[in-house]
Amino acid sequence: MSQVTQAPLGRSPVALAPTQSVSLNINGQDHTLQIAPWTTLLDALREYLDLTGTKKGCDHGQCGACTVLVDGKRINSCLSLAVMHEDSKIQTIEGLGTEDELSPLQQAFIDHDAFQCGYCTPGQICSAQGLINEGKAKTEAQVRELMSGNVCRCGAYTNILSAVMEVLNNEGLIIEDKAWSAGATKQDIAPVEPPKK
Amino acid sequence: MNSFTFTQATAVAGAVQDKAAHDDAAYIGGGTNLIDLMKENVARPTHLIGLKKLGLDTIEALPDGGLRLGALATNADTAWHPEVEKRYPLLNQAILAGASPQLRNMATDGGNLMQRTRCYYFYDLATPCNKREPGSGCSAIGGYNRVCGILGTSEQCIATHPSDMCVALAALDTTVRVSGPNGERTIKFEDFHRLPGDQPERDNTLEPGELITGLDLPAKGFEKNFSYLKLRDRTSYAFALVSVATALELYGNTIKDARLALGGVAHKPWRDKEAEAMLIGQPATADTFRRVAAKVLENAKGYGANTFKIELAKRAIVRALKQATEMNQVLDTNAFQNSNP
Repeated sequence: MSQVTQAPLGRSPVALAPTQSVSLNINGQDHTLQIAPWTTLLDALREYLDLTGTKKGCDHGQCGACTVLVDGKRINSCLSLAVMHEDSKIQTIEGLGTEDELSPLQQAFIDHDAFQCGYCTPGQICSAQGLINEGKAKTEAQVRELMSGNVCRCGAYTNILSAVMEVLNNEGLIIEDKAWSAGATKQDIAPVEPPKK
Repeated sequence: MNSFTFTQATAVAGAVQDKAAHDDAAYIGGGTNLIDLMKENVARPTHLIGLKKLGLDTIEALPDGGLRLGALATNADTAWHPEVEKRYPLLNQAILAGASPQLRNMATDGGNLMQRTRCYYFYDLATPCNKREPGSGCSAIGGYNRVCGILGTSEQCIATHPSDMCVALAALDTTVRVSGPNGERTIKFEDFHRLPGDQPERDNTLEPGELITGLDLPAKGFEKNFSYLKLRDRTSYAFALVSVATALELYGNTIKDARLALGGVAHKPWRDKEAEAMLIGQPATADTFRRVAAKVLENAKGYGANTFKIELAKRAIVRALKQATEMNQVLDTNAFQNSNP
């Protein structure tokens, strides 16, 4: 006795999502894609544009491996739909430096051995670039707090921190260390005047 | 994720009409919670209405001395806005205590109010949950409920509202501006979120199709004495087990005005106006704070794994009030001697 496989009672097969056209500006280049609206920015980069530097870790906004810069601001590309980014300027790890000239953060990550398996590294570097663009981290403790959206399962945090600190120091952005956490008082997180020399 | 269609709205009226024209449509701001819920199949809208082209992303002074936060302003832009930093530092701290920098760059102020609970069972399609599937039962009662509520719970639901930002907005007497099929209206913040009762599927009092357009902060920002104390399993990037937003106006050591709201303990940001009234006119001492903390938790109910939150909340209230009192002051060195909680 043979049975025909069919959809469960009361359910009909799901039609494919209708696609739509979206124009994305990525690392200075315009791309037009025909994609289903459910395509995340992360999947658009990896699956449609072959920009596989951006990594898929948890796919739920918890690990930061998918961090890219949109109009200079770091976001989790896994929690954003590609169709929401028409007219945005998107920067990925591929657009931060060139093969001949790495960005200061990329060079610092190498100099400080700031990775082991390397899977979180593109997200760490894009996140650190976002942190620099924001200009809010003035101390090592603030850098730690403002990099907390990026998880490193190898535990390379110490070297990641020194790499980011070196770039911030070179750009004259670090002022003085102070205890800072979400529970700290306003005085703790207020920008501190640089010491007079 | 379910299949859905997407349109980008360019005007509030158009967005509201688009919503009314679809059975299972949803507005999408930053998408940080909604897209996650869609990936988990907890939310299954068939049509999304993008809001990012509506404008509504500015932060502007109001004629009455207050400040209007556009619903589409991001959490990060709000926290770091010079007027918020200067005049509403409690809000600045609460926002920065939540999520990660990446999420705060995406998440919108209106969306922060609309985020759903992080109760494990709400996310777990294999288990009953009255909020996700009304009438199916509550798995958290008698289950893993460490993150669940202790105040205002019901037999149907003990979920908490997960926001930090909303706890500060509640304490600051914010007004929510909404637009919907029947026009515009305002909702007092304390009336926006609701307790679960026998309708835990309803998080708030928005009518179908209504869209948040802005949040109005009153002129009084309590910028001198405030505290947002968040207690959690990690010191960064974790939801609150208990949080306290408090703001004081002090005359000498006497409390002239007070605000007190808790996060992580209830289905809504838990503002306690009776406790605030108990503080007014009293000396800002640990004895006062302990009495008030006991009052706030007098009707608290633990469910086993989360019972620790009752004592934790009492201590957090005392500590937050103490922090708010002591900031920006030449400390009276005797004030808290031998009276630490």
